[in-house]
Amino acid sequence: MDSRRIYTIELHGVTLGYGERILFRGVDAGFGWGEFTALIGRNGAGKSTLLRTIAALARPLEGSITVDGQPLDTLTPREIASLISFVSTDEVRASNLRVADVVALGRAPYTNWIGNLRDEDKQMVARSLELVGMSGFATKNIDRLSDGERQRVMIARALAQDTPIILLDEPTAFLDLPNKYEIGLLLRQLAHIQGKSIIFSTHDLAVALELCDTIAMIHRGGVHYGAAAQLIADGRLQQLFDDTPLRFDSDEGRVRLREEK
Amino acid sequence: MSRNRLYFTLFALLTVALMTLDLLLGSVKLSPAEIARTLAGGGDETSRYILFNFRIPKSLVALLAGAALSASGLQMQTLFRNPLAGPYVLGVSSGASLGVSLFVLGAPLVGLGATGIEWLRNIGMAGSAWLGAAAILTVTLAVTVRIKDIMAILILGMVFGSATSAIVELMQFLSPEGLLKSYVIWTMGSLGGVSTGQLYIMAPVIAVGLTLSVALIKPLNIMLLGENYARTMGLNIAATRRMVFIGTTLLAGTVTAFCGPIGFIGVAAPHVSRMIFRRADHRTLTPASMLVGAAAMLLCDIVSQLPGTETALPINTITALLGIPIVVIVIVRNRNVF
Repeated sequence: MDSRRIYTIELHGVTLGYGERILFRGVDAGFGWGEFTALIGRNGAGKSTLLRTIAALARPLEGSITVDGQPLDTLTPREIASLISFVSTDEVRASNLRVADVVALGRAPYTNWIGNLRDEDKQMVARSLELVGMSGFATKNIDRLSDGERQRVMIARALAQDTPIILLDEPTAFLDLPNKYEIGLLLRQLAHIQGKSIIFSTHDLAVALELCDTIAMIHRGGVHYGAAAQLIADGRLQQLFDDTPLRFDSDEGRVRLREEK
Repeated sequence: MSRNRLYFTLFALLTVALMTLDLLLGSVKLSPAEIARTLAGGGDETSRYILFNFRIPKSLVALLAGAALSASGLQMQTLFRNPLAGPYVLGVSSGASLGVSLFVLGAPLVGLGATGIEWLRNIGMAGSAWLGAAAILTVTLAVTVRIKDIMAILILGMVFGSATSAIVELMQFLSPEGLLKSYVIWTMGSLGGVSTGQLYIMAPVIAVGLTLSVALIKPLNIMLLGENYARTMGLNIAATRRMVFIGTTLLAGTVTAFCGPIGFIGVAAPHVSRMIFRRADHRTLTPASMLVGAAAMLLCDIVSQLPGTETALPINTITALLGIPIVVIVIVRNRNVF
């Protein structure tokens, strides 16, 4: 951690794992305010677990996580819900569930006992849909949307929750290439224009390198955080491809087969 | 919204109409004029007796049982994210039946005897049904926390159903004939068999259960998105589960205790509400399911008396005949309801 920076999320000696398996041990790291960060790493490195732990869906085995300077375990679920919204990989599929209903549920932490929307809630829902470019879909059923459209709706739901931090677990998985970039661009825009701190896990290295302000790389039990260029210069990214038929070409910023020259 | 307001009005009117029709039907013929007179405070002693001791309680029981089973079915479908969930399918009714049979058949066996005090007997039946329902729900919930597979839970419900019927059959085998007959009649389900005394227990308990399901509207809406989303929106999942648990126990347990195990209303009525009202929002779906359930139950009761015979057909057979096609439609037409 760089002491000069102001972090929105800080990990202090965090050990993550489940059961017998330790993913990483005693990690200190910080994520900056209003930054668009990609969380990368091999399968099973602990990307999802880290996101879930920051979202308070799981607990660290050791150490603590602070959000906005406050330790997560001192916050109530309601307080966490107003700081962090989460876009999971779970597919939302209920019959007759409308796009506007899903986005309106993002207002749940702020609505009354039966969930009635006040005028400001309705404005927030409309604005969130507009920001993701889905205004025309409000009365459509969620199970009639394409994967890319559904992902936008889930991002709109997170926006409606009105949190400074948005975590997304593999939002670009299962999308075609144009959609991957469109979602990536949308998230970057939300970080830079709306001032959200956005962290998303991904296997799309090209999207991450091209669009993100910073990269957090989980590898061999450590979390390495920095600008893409920094991680490349340090030789960190190359390490992801140790013991694989691939190598990272740092001049071109892309992955190549080892036998290629 | 205005479209759904129209449907609410239509269904409320339909329920009133069905209730009126229900009052007209029965083994003793009473003319509409006689019934109107009796309701207005006139009428002879026989018609007063029949109306106030049999027909009105029975249609009230139908109304309450239908709303209760449907509301609990809706809660379970959303909580388990399973379109086929319901108090009957998941074995909650079986659990309640087991409780009741242990009480009705078992208490005399161990020498407790059929107690002569009616209200004590009624509370005993209701209490044992709640215990039985709660026991099955505890196991089901414990399993769902570990196994996310929907099919496993459904199979578990069927297994519970078979296990309870095996135990019940065993007890029937050991029971004296007199007890057996009343028990077998109970298993066929009966709305008319509920006494006014039982209705005094049934009505307030179901009112509490239905109030709980109104309180569950927002939590269940959040649960539509799945557990991860629900928790990151600050929902206390354990508390929601407990509320559904208590609500289902009270609703399905009480109905089973006094009317017998009634199948398919709990699964089918919420789906009929979805088909008609076309919303997933429980602010619409919860009251709609109660209304549709009540109307469906009244309809079943009317159908069960239609042949004009002296005795009504067992309500269970009617709910099955009317409910099963709807369940089949749900499976075939909409394979991704959840």
